[in-house]
Amino acid sequence: MSSASDEAHAARGESAADDEPAFEVVVGLEVHVELATATKLFSASPNRFGDEPNTNIDPVTLGLPGALPVLNRQAVELAMRLGLALNCEIRPCAFHRKNYFYPDMPKAYQISQYDEPLNVDGWLDLPSGHRVGIERAHLEEDTGKSTHLGGTGGRIHGSESSLIDFNRAGVPLVEIVSRPDLSTSEQARQYVTELRAILVAVGASDAKMEEGSMRVDANVSVRRPGAELGTRCEIKNLNSVRSVGRAIEYEAVRQIALFEAGGAVRQETRHWSEGDGKTHTLRTKEDADDYRYFLEPDLVVLDPDEEWIERVRASLPVLPAARRAALAEATDTTADAESVVVVTDRAQDAYVLAVGNAGGDVARALIHVKEAFAGEGEEPSLPAADLAALTRLEIDGAVTATQAKQVLAELLANGGGDAGAIAREKGFEAMDTSALDTLVGQVIADNADSWASFEGGNDKAMGALVGAAMKASRGKADGKAVTAALRARRPS
Amino acid sequence: MSEPRELAAGRTVLDIVEGVRAGTRSAVSVLEEHLGRIDEREGEIHAFNLVLADEARIRAAEIDAAVAAGDEPGPLAGVPVALKDNMCTKGVPTTCSSRILEGWRPPYDATVVQRLRDAGAIVVGKTNLDEFAMGSSTENSAFGVTRNPHDVTRVPGGSSGGSAAAVAAGFAAAGFGSDTGGSIRQPAALCGVVGVKPTYGAVSRLGLIAFASSLDQIGPFAHTVADAAALMEVICGHDPGDSTSIPQPAPELQSVLDTGVEGLRIGRVTDLPGGADEEVTTRVEAAFAALESAGAKIVDVEVPAFTYGLTAYYLIAPAEASSNLARYDGVRYGLRVDATDTNAMYAATRSAGFGDEVKRRIMLGTYALSAGYYDAYYGKALKVRRLISDDFARAYEHVDGLLAPSSPTVAFPIGERADNPFAMYLCDTYTIPSNLSGHPGMSVPFGTGEGGLPIGVQVLAPALGEPVMFRVAAELERAMEAS
Repeated sequence: MSSASDEAHAARGESAADDEPAFEVVVGLEVHVELATATKLFSASPNRFGDEPNTNIDPVTLGLPGALPVLNRQAVELAMRLGLALNCEIRPCAFHRKNYFYPDMPKAYQISQYDEPLNVDGWLDLPSGHRVGIERAHLEEDTGKSTHLGGTGGRIHGSESSLIDFNRAGVPLVEIVSRPDLSTSEQARQYVTELRAILVAVGASDAKMEEGSMRVDANVSVRRPGAELGTRCEIKNLNSVRSVGRAIEYEAVRQIALFEAGGAVRQETRHWSEGDGKTHTLRTKEDADDYRYFLEPDLVVLDPDEEWIERVRASLPVLPAARRAALAEATDTTADAESVVVVTDRAQDAYVLAVGNAGGDVARALIHVKEAFAGEGEEPSLPAADLAALTRLEIDGAVTATQAKQVLAELLANGGGDAGAIAREKGFEAMDTSALDTLVGQVIADNADSWASFEGGNDKAMGALVGAAMKASRGKADGKAVTAALRARRPS
Repeated sequence: MSEPRELAAGRTVLDIVEGVRAGTRSAVSVLEEHLGRIDEREGEIHAFNLVLADEARIRAAEIDAAVAAGDEPGPLAGVPVALKDNMCTKGVPTTCSSRILEGWRPPYDATVVQRLRDAGAIVVGKTNLDEFAMGSSTENSAFGVTRNPHDVTRVPGGSSGGSAAAVAAGFAAAGFGSDTGGSIRQPAALCGVVGVKPTYGAVSRLGLIAFASSLDQIGPFAHTVADAAALMEVICGHDPGDSTSIPQPAPELQSVLDTGVEGLRIGRVTDLPGGADEEVTTRVEAAFAALESAGAKIVDVEVPAFTYGLTAYYLIAPAEASSNLARYDGVRYGLRVDATDTNAMYAATRSAGFGDEVKRRIMLGTYALSAGYYDAYYGKALKVRRLISDDFARAYEHVDGLLAPSSPTVAFPIGERADNPFAMYLCDTYTIPSNLSGHPGMSVPFGTGEGGLPIGVQVLAPALGEPVMFRVAAELERAMEAS
């Protein structure tokens, strides 16, 4: 039963029930990634970023008359690595021509996979466990790079002249098309981050958004819960994980506002402007090109045999998700814990596990590595055994967590050392039971209000009391020991 | 007017190679004989867009030096060859007889050109063609019409009319053309020379400027079947630079020419579309009779492909052409007509650079591929193409080869069909199906019509059936010599 008043609420985007949002946001991402091949997709010119303009060129790259493309085996293999890492099926596939005129497109067509892509029907699990479907991951060639001089905004329209660098033309790309399985900007950010980690892990790409080797377009629509998919807009020019999130948030709000004002979303391609934090119309569906796709007659069907596929599959490294799971299990935490995600993303998970193998405490090592190893690489300079020794001092109560941080800073600065010796030099020694008792008594006396609150059952007051104990002991007190002593004094 | 057989005396590829390799004739003298004939008749024939006399003389001298030094001069040592001007030649203008490529010099040789040079052949010039190989008369050239050496009021056929005329006129011992719908076989027939369209993928397309990539194939023109076989052995064979190149070595053809046709089953297509002149069909019948008396079995077969080929072809070839020719945009090379913005520059450049027939086919092909029309035109044409392949496959279960006319008519007068595209398209009725199926075909001179003009008979074979095709062609040639 719905009343007129319910409908009015709904029309204003308000929901009858507080826990059900008035609109759902539906996001699918199209990610273009430059493959880390030695040469281009269809010619022998180097695939290298940052060289002098128009030096990595050849007849195929320039689309000279009579030139013919020859498919790069390494590009296919890297695309297969990615496809298998995304749980895709590898299919016999073909290349099509996508025809359009643009000065940085030398042949006036792009060779791309159209309705017969290499990788289909896979998925990617976010650290949270949310599964995002992968519709396809196909091969295609990149265009050249135009620089428009004069005029405004760096666009070709209104410019006085244009320069074209064909070094990028023909660089192999994989376009990874997700299903519209994302519903928040945070999920979209996680997807991009996770995809990037997979790309790097399998060696398919360096996936640097700032250098353009990873480019993200977002398809955004909104709908009433349970309704059919709404009209989508494609957002381009998303040059960082942050702008992916911001643009989706902006676009969702814009589309919801259109709905609420009684309007409709128009299918169009929109440009994200980092400057004003808005999306702007780039082109509407009406002026979309007719690409006149047809099978590329200069190439033959690509049909990787089982033996090749299995060889590639066997050569894949352990993927980030499995590494996070292993790290979470070893440290008794969850796979989407920030520490696990951050440390695995930095590829320092093996190091943390090595600390455990060296007799250290893995959970403490995980926290230390997460907080202090941002500047270290995959292979930190500090020997795992030295960090293991430090975590043992913590377990034994010889140093507090705060002291351990100071010891660690020195270990890192020196590239290793004896944690026990450093702790002694710094005068860190464990507070004995009677000293702790005195300290706790003093804290209770000095913070009567907090104690009263805590005594009355409010655990939130604990923080203030522990903080006071740490302050009074100048960091020597072990927070856990203080907590235990405070609880022991509270009448049960 | 000269008879092809007389023309061939001492001028065949094999005669030249034998003399030059033995040191009894110099490559320089062979070349000068050909350059002399060019001096005499090129003015009226206009077979060439460019004659490379100086380069050819240097190369001929090198060949002679190699022979004198006892070095291996190659299987085509000293053979003067003419190249259709859609094959890239390093540093030498390659025009496709179009204004759009004005000033462009390829930085590389086509694979075929490279193989010919390596074999000791001497490139005497780049020959005229219908612009971008679109035509059947060599009238659609930006640089003027080529005339038939047998009758200069008539066309040489096309689109490889320049190469066919160059061989027929004795300007070169061998010529090379490209055949997308009959562009080697039809001018070969009209000029009274042998012309071969190899199996698709048998000859590399690398460096051949594309018209319709899935149909284009380079092949030779020669005075004799044996010459054509020798030329095929040089240009065929796998090229890793062309993904559609068949990974097989060149077939051995010279060694099979004397095998005869005893026991071969040769098909007579009972549902061949009409339209061929009687003087042509008479010669095709004579060819069947000649083969039969040489021991071949003549078998009736139905091949509906001949009826449907033309319409499918005129959707598929223009569709591919519309894409292949899109790169001529004035941005990187060739003609550029400046305008106020990029799109206007494209339009001005392409309007000025392309001739009418090329524009007609670009528009036709663009339309056939467009959203909303694709299924009805290009998509349907692809289905017909598959049916055509099936037709041939069925026929070749019963026969080893087929005979058909190469051209419905003898050489027609210049201008007769210039304003009637459809009449021009009908020239290729009998040649187009084998381009669509990818099968080989060749035209062999087999007598003349009432006016003394050459008539060619077309020999068709299944994919990679060149050995059988050449055996049949050699038999027809022997029959002509005996008559």
